[in-house]
Amino acid sequence: MLPVSMDTVLALAGLLFAMGLVGVLVRRNVIFILMSIEIMLNASGLAFVAAGARWHTADGQVMFLFVLAMAAAEVSVGLALVLRLHHQWSTLDADVASSLRG
Amino acid sequence: MSATFYVAGAIALVATFLVVTRASAVHALLYLIVSLLSVAIIFYQLGAPFVAALEVIIYAAAIMVVFIFVMMMLNLGPRSVEQERTWLMPAIWVGPGVLALILGAELVYALAISVPVEAGFGLVTPKQVGQRLFGAYFIGLELASLLLLAGLVGALHLARPQRATDVKGTI
Repeated sequence: MLPVSMDTVLALAGLLFAMGLVGVLVRRNVIFILMSIEIMLNASGLAFVAAGARWHTADGQVMFLFVLAMAAAEVSVGLALVLRLHHQWSTLDADVASSLRG
Repeated sequence: MSATFYVAGAIALVATFLVVTRASAVHALLYLIVSLLSVAIIFYQLGAPFVAALEVIIYAAAIMVVFIFVMMMLNLGPRSVEQERTWLMPAIWVGPGVLALILGAELVYALAISVPVEAGFGLVTPKQVGQRLFGAYFIGLELASLLLLAGLVGALHLARPQRATDVKGTI
């Protein structure tokens, strides 16, 4: 079995990020869009932690903590918006809310 | 111990692919949890046990529970009873269950032989992370707490009961 190199981990993070990006672009359900954003944030966190471990510093893990805090804040606001969307239009289709007032 | 890394990475890719392609949000959520757990195992092998624990506690547990709460709130009424019945069919939970079982076996294996950190990567202990976080990154920590407060206020504002003056079809 090949030893794990930095390239392998970064390729894994890139693939995960690409899948999340495809999810955001392809799916129209708001909950799936939020989940895909979570996938992308998690993939970037993986890249941060791998880089930190590669250079034997704690900075990568600190950045992951910030990504984690950001993801929590983003999910709380995003899901509140989902509830609001469902309340107003009784649907979770993102295209319904494509026009803004004003 | 590269084999455990490759298995966990493969599970992460498969589970993430299934998240993006599922039709039902709850099925996708189950696979998303498996994907996050496999990334936690990868963190452990890269010499980041603290972050691996946080990934399980915060990402795979807390944030996913919020998702589940919202889905429960959106599925009120008699329609949801029928939905619950279909969700409990084996075909739904066998896929995530098998993937999670492989991850669990990997975890037991890693604990049994005290799997070392992958060659080329160094172990970073929680103590080092804490010293860095409360030292050089102290401003960032304060800003993160401010961001969480802003998220709390924003969620409260958006999810407040609707006023009678709001017109249907506007936000």
